[in-house]
Amino acid sequence: MENLSNYLIISSILFSLGLFGVVTRRNGVAVLMGVELILNAANLNFLAFARFGGMNMSGHVYALFVIVLAAAEAAVALAIIINIFNNFNTINIDDVSEMKL
Amino acid sequence: MADITFWFISALTIVSAIFVVASKSLLYSAYSLLVTFLGVTALYVFLWADFLAVVQVVVYVGGILVLIIFGIMLTNKISSVNISHTSVQKRVGAIVVVCFLGALCFVMTNTPWVQLPNAEPLDTTRSIGRLLMIDYLLPFEAASFLLLGALIGATTLSRKDD
Repeated sequence: MENLSNYLIISSILFSLGLFGVVTRRNGVAVLMGVELILNAANLNFLAFARFGGMNMSGHVYALFVIVLAAAEAAVALAIIINIFNNFNTINIDDVSEMKL
Repeated sequence: MADITFWFISALTIVSAIFVVASKSLLYSAYSLLVTFLGVTALYVFLWADFLAVVQVVVYVGGILVLIIFGIMLTNKISSVNISHTSVQKRVGAIVVVCFLGALCFVMTNTPWVQLPNAEPLDTTRSIGRLLMIDYLLPFEAASFLLLGALIGATTLSRKDD
């Protein structure tokens, strides 16, 4: 736990799992969950570098901004997904390949 | 003791993240996402980021996860008991992701990172507030505008227009 590379490897695994979810899932909400995993991995990296770079607090501020962006993104993405469900009656994102009804 | 706790929490985080991307049921995915978020929160505490850990619990667990569960509930008919979802091209995706993970781990372990040894845990809330109000004032205001825009945009998008 007093080693930078442990945290980096954990965040790499989280990032890869999130990427796997984004690539393979067909449900829009599940893709969103993969994106959240990726953002968490990025945050873990920021905080690990902050901690092992002599407690550099700029990393914490950037992680805070990432959390703010994740909140905004989740709200807008879910609004879009609910709209897609109302219009197409599905949230399988492979079926929603055109912008018009 | 701290080492055992650290490895236990890391294993919990990764296993629940695997459940998130591999589970057949969408609701089980959402619940294991809860465990993943809490595990990442514990890792933040190991990294002396206590303020960020609290923010993570409040925003992710209290906000984003509830939004995601609302999304699941609103996009499935109540009558359909079986809220399941499938994956496509699992094998190709797994091969690509494993290659990517190998490359990432190779870079992470082979780069000679400079670690400053004499770091001390400090008062994170005070320093974050100071940085936000002095060095990062413009991004802070931009983030507030972004949140306002996202609020208005989300309500406009999800409104039923009659």
